[in-house]
Amino acid sequence: MIRILRQIVKTGLVSEPPPRADQTLRQRAPEIQDEVLRLLGRALTIRQVDAGSCNGCELEIHALNNAYYNLEGLGIKFVASPRHADMLLVTGPVAKNMERALRIAWEATPDPKLVVAVGECGCNGGVFGESYASRGAVSNVIPVDVAVPGCPPAPIAILEGILTAVSARMGEGAGP
Amino acid sequence: MPLTSRIPGLALPWRPIAGDAPMAIATVGEWQWTEAARLVRECGGRLVALWGSDRRDLDEDDDDRAFAVHAAYAIREGLCIVELLVPESKPSYPDLSGLFAPATRMQRALFDLVGIAARGASDTRPWLRHGAWPEGTHPLRRDFDASSLPANTLTDYDFVRVEGDGVHEIPVGPIHAGIIEPGHFRFSIVGEKVLRLEERLGYVHKGIEKRFEEFTVPEGYRLAGRVSGDSTVAFAWAYAQAAESLLGVEPPARARWIRALMLERERVANHLGDLGALGNDAALAFALAQFMRLKEDWVRLSAEIFGHRLLMDRIVPGGVDADFGAAQAERLVGQSHAIEAEVRELRHIFEEHAGLQDRFFTTGRVTPELARTLGLTGLAARASGQSNDLRTDYPAVPWTEIGTRKAVQSQGDVAARVNVRFEELLESLRLVRAIAVGTPAGPCRTELPAAAPGALGAGWVEGWRGEVLVVLEAGEGGRIRRCHVHDPSWQNWPVLEHAVIGNIVPDFPLINKSFNLSYSGHDL
Repeated sequence: MIRILRQIVKTGLVSEPPPRADQTLRQRAPEIQDEVLRLLGRALTIRQVDAGSCNGCELEIHALNNAYYNLEGLGIKFVASPRHADMLLVTGPVAKNMERALRIAWEATPDPKLVVAVGECGCNGGVFGESYASRGAVSNVIPVDVAVPGCPPAPIAILEGILTAVSARMGEGAGP
Repeated sequence: MPLTSRIPGLALPWRPIAGDAPMAIATVGEWQWTEAARLVRECGGRLVALWGSDRRDLDEDDDDRAFAVHAAYAIREGLCIVELLVPESKPSYPDLSGLFAPATRMQRALFDLVGIAARGASDTRPWLRHGAWPEGTHPLRRDFDASSLPANTLTDYDFVRVEGDGVHEIPVGPIHAGIIEPGHFRFSIVGEKVLRLEERLGYVHKGIEKRFEEFTVPEGYRLAGRVSGDSTVAFAWAYAQAAESLLGVEPPARARWIRALMLERERVANHLGDLGALGNDAALAFALAQFMRLKEDWVRLSAEIFGHRLLMDRIVPGGVDADFGAAQAERLVGQSHAIEAEVRELRHIFEEHAGLQDRFFTTGRVTPELARTLGLTGLAARASGQSNDLRTDYPAVPWTEIGTRKAVQSQGDVAARVNVRFEELLESLRLVRAIAVGTPAGPCRTELPAAAPGALGAGWVEGWRGEVLVVLEAGEGGRIRRCHVHDPSWQNWPVLEHAVIGNIVPDFPLINKSFNLSYSGHDL
């Protein structure tokens, strides 16, 4: 126990400041009203769905949960069920074998909901494109609010995309 | 080192394949196909990969055009690829699953993709075909028409039912309750004890092998680097080896060292993440916080020096697209020392933590005998007494210069897989330092000649999870005709089903994490 405490004290606080929202990542006009977003933005629950990724994006979403990004300090939390989620964070390309599961998860997420597509493949199919087995971009299957490019995007870019989706108004850079 | 490898006791027309390890290929008849498998099994060799291809367009004049099925075996002498031509009129080949358990799913996938069947196999259920393409069509056939596919209709899957008093099923997935790749697990349990686990995978099948046909040989490395993101270096390196083998070129010495540096950095990054997650799955959240912090430090330096946190697209056919100078070498060495000190401290904490050890010991056990029978490979196999590691079994530059110590444990439980990770992590930190100071000066890339149609190459790399194999064949105009990519998860997924038998359901995440297998690398 003493070793654990010593290690915690030695490590100290490593959290870094969050990025600002970037409205250029937005795919469509926000459907959710400002007031709701102000509330959501203070306690956002996210269900992550891998709809066909190479798992590179998952590594970076995992990294987003490390102490440097202090996600829970921003009120953001990953949850186990889409029924508990305000936002789906979807990586792609959407494999045809995952298309139905993704739709079910989206339908199970209560309205009003947000969808953030993560990574080059989630944005446009990436290196895998559209094929007999791939539907390509997430927006080919469910409506997407914000798309984050990058292969994979760094955790800070993913966080920027999440904060953009919950930013109060188009053109405004306010985070939660 | 011998130029070719061959199966002892069987005279076959071996054609050598250029590469770091001894590799050769032979075209055989049906009797030799089975005999080769039997002899490999007898001498303790293993099945590395099994795949098929459509050759019918190559012999238009023949009355009976052919498919081909390939089995790649690892024996002490090296990698032996056995190729059997399968006539269109009778598209089947002798089953290998009786001799090599991992063949079962590979044969099912091979049928889904190419449409040639293993004759005598007991399990012929579809594996990768969930309904995205209809029965009777096969995406890797040359005449497959993707433009006229009917709507995606999901098919039912015939799970094995466990009957008996008090037995019930827990279906899990494809979407799991975490940030994980998708797949379906069907548990049959009594109380909280697992009687049987049946996996159904293939959810992230995105047509990778077909997609390769749209690229030229020098271009394919980007797709190879995305077969399984956590093994991007291993796959890109294996692909680069295969391309160089096919083109008849060798990368410059400096490139070999830098590739090895990246491979070891990938190993360190994944082991750090896994050790944190393993602690977390046994309720020690402190471990996750600490190891994920170290991993973040680690990948940030990768991004700073090599331009990518996961090192994607840095290894290219002909060399590397990255370099470092003396000041950066110093930073690589410094970081490696700093992380090592922290890892040693965290290892002490793991070892002294009674709750953690209680969860780790005897959980998810795979005995050495079971590991041998089922063909377990890579890191998990080394935790079950199987001492294979390509870096020491067929050493090439820079391993010949800096050496590497194999980490082997025999108890085969979660604790053993944790220990192997700690050992390999510390060894890789040493290797990173040795490479940072030992990398010879010189160019990082060499020019690539044009690919000759029909030329074949192979690459074989010990990634952090296990051995990765890429076999590449060139077509017309420098394009890829066929590229088979193999992840060790193919071998290890079925073993996970055995590892959980008799354990309690709440230990499944821990056992699963201790293997940490790739879905994407398997589903392709």
